[in-house]
This record gives sequence, structure tokens and C-alpha cells, in this order.
Amino acid sequence: MSSSSPLLDIQNLQTHFGTIDGVVRAVEGVSFHINAGETLGVVGESGCGKSVTAMSILRLIQQPPGRIAGKILFKGTNLLELSEPEMQSIRGKDISMIFQEPMTSLNPVLTVGRQIGETVMLHEGLSAKDAEQRAIEMLTLVGIPAPARRVREYPHQLSGGMRQRVMIAMALACSPQLLVADEPTTALDVTIQAQILELMRDLKTRVGAAIMLITHDLGVVAEMCQRVVVMYAGRKVEEGSVEEIFLNPLHPYTQGLMGSMPKLGSSLHESGRSKLTEIQGVVPSLRKPIIGCAFASRCPKVTDACRQMAPAIEEKAPNHLVACHYAPRAAAAA
Amino acid sequence: MSNSQTQASSRPLLEVKGLKKHFPIHGGILGGKVGNVYAVDGVSFSINRGETLSLVGESGCGKSTVGKAVLRLYPITDGEVMLDGRRVDNLPAGELRPLRKRMQVVFQDPFSSLNPRQRLRDIIAEPIVNFGMASGSELDDRVGDLLDKVRLPREAMYRYPHEFSGGQRQRIAIARALAPGSDLIICDEAVSALDVSVKAQIVNLLSDLQDELGLALLFISHDLAIVEHLTHRVAVMYLGKIVELADRKTLFGTPHHPYTRALLSAVPVPDPTVKRQRIILRGDVPSPINPPSGCRFHTRCPFVFDRCKTEEPQLRDVGMGRMSACHLDVVPDQVPEANRQAVAA
Repeated sequence: MSSSSPLLDIQNLQTHFGTIDGVVRAVEGVSFHINAGETLGVVGESGCGKSVTAMSILRLIQQPPGRIAGKILFKGTNLLELSEPEMQSIRGKDISMIFQEPMTSLNPVLTVGRQIGETVMLHEGLSAKDAEQRAIEMLTLVGIPAPARRVREYPHQLSGGMRQRVMIAMALACSPQLLVADEPTTALDVTIQAQILELMRDLKTRVGAAIMLITHDLGVVAEMCQRVVVMYAGRKVEEGSVEEIFLNPLHPYTQGLMGSMPKLGSSLHESGRSKLTEIQGVVPSLRKPIIGCAFASRCPKVTDACRQMAPAIEEKAPNHLVACHYAPRAAAAA
Repeated sequence: MSNSQTQASSRPLLEVKGLKKHFPIHGGILGGKVGNVYAVDGVSFSINRGETLSLVGESGCGKSTVGKAVLRLYPITDGEVMLDGRRVDNLPAGELRPLRKRMQVVFQDPFSSLNPRQRLRDIIAEPIVNFGMASGSELDDRVGDLLDKVRLPREAMYRYPHEFSGGQRQRIAIARALAPGSDLIICDEAVSALDVSVKAQIVNLLSDLQDELGLALLFISHDLAIVEHLTHRVAVMYLGKIVELADRKTLFGTPHHPYTRALLSAVPVPDPTVKRQRIILRGDVPSPINPPSGCRFHTRCPFVFDRCKTEEPQLRDVGMGRMSACHLDVVPDQVPEANRQAVAA
């Protein structure tokens, strides 16, 4: 690891929501960091807390009913201790976000130019005219044809792929240091997804932003990320370099996830139709505190120790952290 | 069910010929017809007993419309749909009704396709009661057997849909589709809304049920990796047309049509050591209201030449049991040299 401090350092983040039925522990003690210029993938299934983690970083969780505890250090400053105006000066400028649904996250009654321009007018004090000019530049950057015409159009006049490009243009308008992308391509078709991923890779090298990429698609992670955090039931269960996680997954959940994911090209290796590995059962409810390991109810290797004691997250191989009592440790030479 | 028709077993269970479905667009002051959405524009395929045919393609290519037209959820514009050798697209409602129990459907979203006010027993029993196939304790036994088949506990019968997770609800929807003793189930993006680990459970369940009951499946999906796992044959659709149709190994092993190749190369591979040559298609899918002239793919095709813009390629046999609709199959020399190298790569 580099000696310099990371761009974003999350320590023991807990995000809970008070509801009529009790407290929902959406994120329960998650720690990870993102270095400058790096792409970190956060993977997990619905309800594992990956989006809530992203919203917590940008402080987009309404409090109450939400409650965020722990530390979110951005370049050494704890974002959770900032006042709302201070947070506003960071949001959209130093850290910006791309949301999943390009259909619903754009304002339908404002032109896309206005929506892209809003951030630069706010953070850089540009005039409306200059802001529109910047919006045209941004639309050119994200590869929208005829940007001078498109800038005056409304979201409904654009296709899904183009709307996602507008979202990216908006997020990058102030050259942020950290881009939080929450399922940026999930709502798109594969050929459009390929366009957007190529665009994000290209812009990353040009703008130099770090990306936190939240997705449930392991294929996207393998193509885009350097490091991966695997989440399950609000906890981090495994973290490592993309090669370590894909070639040598140590947590039974990660192994199950890899096995249940069908891979293109499977018909070339097997003669008949093959079975996918299933992870039995369902994700536990986050309404009740989970005693022991969160994955115990579905784990094929479960023992009594797992049901009683939550495993600590340990470095089982160089730069490879796993929260499992039984994950094998790499050879001592490492 | 199908034992009585042994002599007809060589006949495909479902045959679709030249299916067209155009939706009129109304507009203007008087609300007159101003155009058509050419959602499905001449599609032909067949499915045998015990076989899975997958329809794949991007949103708006017409794959769901094909499924709904086969089910006769709306009348078709042109073409023929034959179930077990009998034409069903022009049958009056009364004659169609008994055939309905042979074709059932599983929809994408199990949160909206199950009535929240009905108990599981009533949801699953509805088709059985509707066709007058059982009642009383026999009905309960049937519902219990169906729950066994989809691997849900029998006690679940007395519970409501909201008590179940997405994957469990999709099992309920499958049980309901099996209830009248169907031979053909149309799965319209049936696993697309589910999480990875649950998706695997449902995909495995579907292939087990198919082996056990000899079901034919029309599997409509945009998820190519899932399709490759469970299908026998695949039809790739683009803007209301089939561009390539082949068996699983042929299609995924050596994709042939330029669109199929681009589509397959666009799927991210969950292996960081694999670096692939990717064909990135420019632009978006054109509108089915005003589809491009000639080959509908010509506006995005990397190998386009003059003929593609004017003449529509026909779906024809190109060997290895593969059907493809591309002018390159007929006149490979038409392609400019630079493009041909790209084809070879």
C-alpha cells in the first residue's frame, strides 16, 4: 500500500433506520478506504447495504429516521462532523454521485443544460451563459452528438443511454476527486452498458477521479475495478484486489456468489446443460440484531462457533481481508 | 397429457410463422391513426416438446410482444400461431379457452403478478378451478403437489404473497403456471428481477421441471449468460426481426450475425484475467415507429455496405443448422477490405 493517506477512509460506519417495526441495521460496522485515482468495486445483493453506504458518504440520508455513526474521512476531514452548508460545498464538487435510474433521477421539467449548469453555477460562480457553455463542453466529453442542440432539450427527449451520459456529465462538471457510481449501468442494455463503461474508463484516465463503483454485476467489477469489497447483510465480508477476489475467493459467500453467476462461454466447456451453484435460503432480516456470523444461516461450512461468535475481519493473505472463522490462511511465507 | 399424440410427436409443439404485431399510434385533433409501432415484423420459429427456445435482444426489440402474441393476450396483425398443429391465432374465444390451459406464462415482476389479497392456495388453485379440473380435498392435494414441485413447504398454502421473498414468489408464479397441466410455459424475463444467488435457484428449478415434466419453454430474456446456461436453441432479435437462430453451442461458440457478435462481446466477463476484443456499437437502437430501410441493423453495423441500406436481408440457412439474416452470407466479397479484416478478427 502507498504511504500517503487514502482519499476516503471509512471507519466502522453504522447506518441505522428507526422504523415502526424496530431499528433496521442497514450498514453495521463497515470499514474500507479508497485511494486517489483508484476504482473500488462494492458488490453484494439487494439489501446488503451498498447503496446506503454510498448515500451515507454524501450524507444524503435523512436524519432522523436515519442515524449514521462512525467516521467518514475525506482527505482527513470527518464528513459526519461538517455542518450542512460545509457539506454542500463538497457535494457535487469534490464528491459527486451517479444514480442508478437515469429515468427518474433527472428533473423532467428542466433542460439538461440547466441541470448540468446548476452545479458549476453553484460551486464555481459561473454566469448562466458560461454555465451553458460548460454544459455543452461536458456533453461533448461524454459523447452526445449535436451537444449545442441537446443542451436545450428535456430528459424525455433523450434515450436511456443518453440520459445516463447526461448524469455522468453532471457528476463530472466540477472535476470531482471522488465519483460514487451506484449501479450506473444496471438499467441499460448490454450494448449501451458497454458504451457507458468504456466512457467511464476513458474519463477516469482523463479526469483522474477515484471511483467507488457499486454493482451486483461481477462482470462489470472484473472489467472496471482494481480492488473489491464484498458486502453481505450490512457487513463487509471480504476485501481484496480484483485478481485475489475472483481467482481466490476465501469467504463462502463470495465463493457462492461466483458459483451462482453464469458465465458466458459455458456451453463450450460442457456438453449438456450444467447446474448453477445455489446459495440455499434467503438473506437474514436486518430488523433483528444478528448474533454470530451473518452468513451462518446459509453457509455450507457452518459450525456452532459461527452461530455464536461473529468472525473478525482478518488479513488471510497479503491485502486480502476475510471475515470467516474457517477461511484458510495463505502460506506463512507471505 | 401428450401420450395420446405419439404419432404427432415429430410435429413441433408451437409453430409461429411470419408473426407481425403492429400497434397503431393515434394522434392529431381527431385522434386518428398517424402511424404504427412495428413491434414485431415477421418472426418465424418453432419449439418442440421438452425444448427451450430463448428469445434474446435489447429492450424494444419485440421479444416480449412475441410472447404475448403467442399467448393471445392481444390479437396479432398478421401471421400464424399453431399449437400442436392447430391454428390458434384466429380461434374464437370459446374454442381458445380449452387451449389456454396448455400455454401459461411467468412474468418478470413477482411483486406485481401475484394478487396480494389472495392466499397462496387460492392463487395456485385458480387455474385448476377455472378449468373445472378439481375441487374439494382433491384440489388441496393438487396445490400441495405443485408446492412440492417448486420446493416450497405445503404449509405455505395458507399464507399471503407479502410473506415471501422475491425468489419464493417467483416459485409461486411457476406453480400457478404449472397448475392446469401446461405443455408450454412462456417465461417473460422470469429471472431478471432476482438477485444472483436466487436467480441460480430459479434457473435450476426451471430446468429440473422441464426434465421432469417434458415442458417446452419459451424463455424471453436479455441476460445472455443465463440463456446460455438453460437453453437448447436461441433466436436473437433486433427491432422486431430475428437476425440469427441457432442451437446453443453454435450461437454462443461461433456467433455469426454482426449484431449477435456485438451483443455477445458487450457482456462483461467475470474474470479479471480475460481481456477481450470488444465490438462497441455506436448510437442507440432506432425507433420501431420508423425502422431503418433495408437491413434494420445497418445504422449501427460495423460492416455495412451499400446493399444493406436498400435491400432487406432474408433469414436463410447458412449451414450447421444456423439461420442468419445478413447480406454478408451471400456476397462476402462486397465488403470493403478494411471491414473484412475486422470480420476475420
